[in-house]
Amino acid sequence: MIRDITIGQYYPSDSIIHKLDPRVKLFATLMYIIALFCGKGIVGFAVITVFLVTTIKLSKIPFAYITKGLKGIVMLLLITTIFNLFLTPGDKTFWHFGILQVTNVGITNAIVMTIRLIFLIIGTSLMSLTTTPNQLTDGLEKSLGPLSKIHVPVHAIAMMMSIALRFIPILVEETDKIMKAQMARGADFESGNIIKKAKNMIPLLVPLMVSAFRRADELAMAMEARCYTTSDIRTKMKPLHYEKRDKIAYSIIISFVVIVIVTSIVIPFPQ
Amino acid sequence: MSIILDKVSYLYGKDTSYEIMALNDINLKIDDNEFIGIIGHTGSGKSTLTQHLNGLLKATSGHIYVDGEDIYDDDYDMKKLRGKVGLVFQYPEHQLFETTVFEDVCFGPKNQGLDKKTVELRAFEALYNVGLPDDLYYSSPFELSGGQKRRVAIAGVLAMKPKVLILDEPTAGLDPAGRDEIFDLLKKMQEELEMTIVLVSHSMEDVANYVKRIIVMDKGHIMLNGNPREVFKYYKELERIGLAAPQVTYLMHELKARNLDVDVDVTTVEEAKKSILKALGR
Amino acid sequence: MNIIKAINLVHEFIKRDEENNVVGITKALDNVDIEIKEGDFVAVLGHNGSGKSTFAKHINALLSPTSGTLIVDGKDVLQASNRLDIRKKAGMVFQNPDNQIIASIVEEDVGFGPENLGIPTDEIWERVDRSLKTVGMTEYRKHSPNKLSGGQKQRVAIAGVVAMEPKCIILDEPTAMLDPNGRKEVIEAITELNKKKNITVILITHYMEEVVNADYVYVMEKGKVIMKGVPREIFSQVETLKKHRLDVPQITLLAHELKQSGLNIPDGILTREELIDALLKASQG
Repeated sequence: MIRDITIGQYYPSDSIIHKLDPRVKLFATLMYIIALFCGKGIVGFAVITVFLVTTIKLSKIPFAYITKGLKGIVMLLLITTIFNLFLTPGDKTFWHFGILQVTNVGITNAIVMTIRLIFLIIGTSLMSLTTTPNQLTDGLEKSLGPLSKIHVPVHAIAMMMSIALRFIPILVEETDKIMKAQMARGADFESGNIIKKAKNMIPLLVPLMVSAFRRADELAMAMEARCYTTSDIRTKMKPLHYEKRDKIAYSIIISFVVIVIVTSIVIPFPQ
Repeated sequence: MSIILDKVSYLYGKDTSYEIMALNDINLKIDDNEFIGIIGHTGSGKSTLTQHLNGLLKATSGHIYVDGEDIYDDDYDMKKLRGKVGLVFQYPEHQLFETTVFEDVCFGPKNQGLDKKTVELRAFEALYNVGLPDDLYYSSPFELSGGQKRRVAIAGVLAMKPKVLILDEPTAGLDPAGRDEIFDLLKKMQEELEMTIVLVSHSMEDVANYVKRIIVMDKGHIMLNGNPREVFKYYKELERIGLAAPQVTYLMHELKARNLDVDVDVTTVEEAKKSILKALGR
Repeated sequence: MNIIKAINLVHEFIKRDEENNVVGITKALDNVDIEIKEGDFVAVLGHNGSGKSTFAKHINALLSPTSGTLIVDGKDVLQASNRLDIRKKAGMVFQNPDNQIIASIVEEDVGFGPENLGIPTDEIWERVDRSLKTVGMTEYRKHSPNKLSGGQKQRVAIAGVVAMEPKCIILDEPTAMLDPNGRKEVIEAITELNKKKNITVILITHYMEEVVNADYVYVMEKGKVIMKGVPREIFSQVETLKKHRLDVPQITLLAHELKQSGLNIPDGILTREELIDALLKASQG
């Protein structure tokens, strides 16, 4: 159920992918998404598949662990597939009923979109599985560093993100607990129409908010007690600097995107 | 009203790599008007067990009979069960959500589908029974002290008029005065309201002082099941699973080893005092 | 030398209504005098609402006194410019282990304090290594705090404070939310810090059995210090403790009851051995 979601979770290992600089991984994820949505044709997707599978192999994360994250979005996948399959107009219509129709374009769209979504989830969760939330926010902080010159509080935003990531699992567990406690008092979170359902959520949401505020308050105090300030004297336990492997990774990623785009233009079949 | 567990097992995280047998072949009978303590270290399955008793978790195999009815029958009404077996979670004050104490206590009986008058009557009764001063009935639950909040949360379950009340570490985080108040309250409910009280606890001293029967859980099994004197006889076995007997029990064993003729099975200060005075011929 | 000296310390919480009118004043600290010697293990006992946590937060300059003086390691907490220095000298561990761990990896959390102090990277690593070793959590350094037990989380929090190399650690009910094994782990860790590293420990608690080995004990109620002394002095006054509804360890209570029944047993028995000796003597005499 709610615990199965792997997005935002870290999988400890000492693979080369884990060791890469988070900025490289952020850049790579962005490039990967571009490649995924520019990619056309069987050759383009073959290149992407090879890239993805190689990265997973290098990351030493069990394949089953990654696909577990897909369980949470099965419904979304199904809806996308069905919408594309039945609602896309095309030049050859195989079947139709009212506004529903199955066309050649619909079939390819459904296949392509489903693959894209699955690849998107796997690719991005690979990023969070191999990067600790703190590295991730460090990477973001450093990448977005120039923005602080125009008074964007980059450090504060990064700190907020890393704390949010730390507390998501705690709040998920808490939701589970409060839900059970209210169910023991006869609460019903499942039946009724949408308005009734929303109203039924109040006994869950109010305690959750109260608890989140209490935690925030205590955490702020604990941080203050540990001399936290946003001043410049802060140092880093794990400062970011590029290694040779990071530079190699950059060149691999750039060549990967170029290859995908070129093949998509040259051999965009079947599309 | 009795609860019978027949070969109940529960597999946590079924079909995943981290599958754990949280309950393993549990057979247990809980009778009318009992006062039971469940002890075991963290992860021994005691909380899992309590959540089975009111149907929040469903056993992977085995049967649970409440009042002779199998709660896993397709046409069994879970709502009815929640009204018979009340469950108070750890830190129950975290579930309070209404604007007033009174409204919050009404939540349970309202969900049972009772009419407004009955709901309010039950809420009053429950708040009275947990001994909350009546000038606090209409204040916000968030303004109360820790011990008061906890009593309101217990009242919230009590208002559903369960015959069996299960509490998961009802005194966690309270100071000694708050703890004593809760225990006295539970004792009163068991004696005067003739309810069955089942509590999960970490404190051997508290368990020895209040409950009539102790169930010791270890690795999803029931390891021991009996009155405090019987259970704490096995203090060496308890130590092996990270538990212990009350301090006085150890004292009596040590005195016996030094040739003082005391009763080694005592579990409370009161009993120890009597036995020592007797052994010394006073 | 005294590391902490509180003279006539008063702290008032002012309650206001929506229009900002004062509707009530609670004296959380009412003329508190407390002195703590460097290197001591001092326990502060009391019920919820007795003012013990308020006092703890003053030592770390998280709260400021309404009146009175509080000197921490020679520095006055009232001076705002001293605040950061005082927090460096007096580290603090709180009750809820989840709400004080900031990072998602154990070692990164321990490094958080030193980062804030501007310690160079290499030294942060040395401090993190040492601190984790002190509390026995080295093997969990790469773990997520969410997967740890309550006692382990508290040890991580302690390591986080130790890495800032303070002279004194204040623990505000660090064991209240833990099971007996977790409580034991935490008490052992702080006892070790006190004995081996000579760090002054101030333990705020309501568990009597945790203070038996303390050097000095203060008991607070309603913002006042109502008892003080070495543990034996405190535990000799069973009737007073009972009157204030504080817990008395079973052995001490039993010794007291036996004495009331006419046995010749000294006051302030703390351990089983002491009681056995006393009883054997009484049986011969």
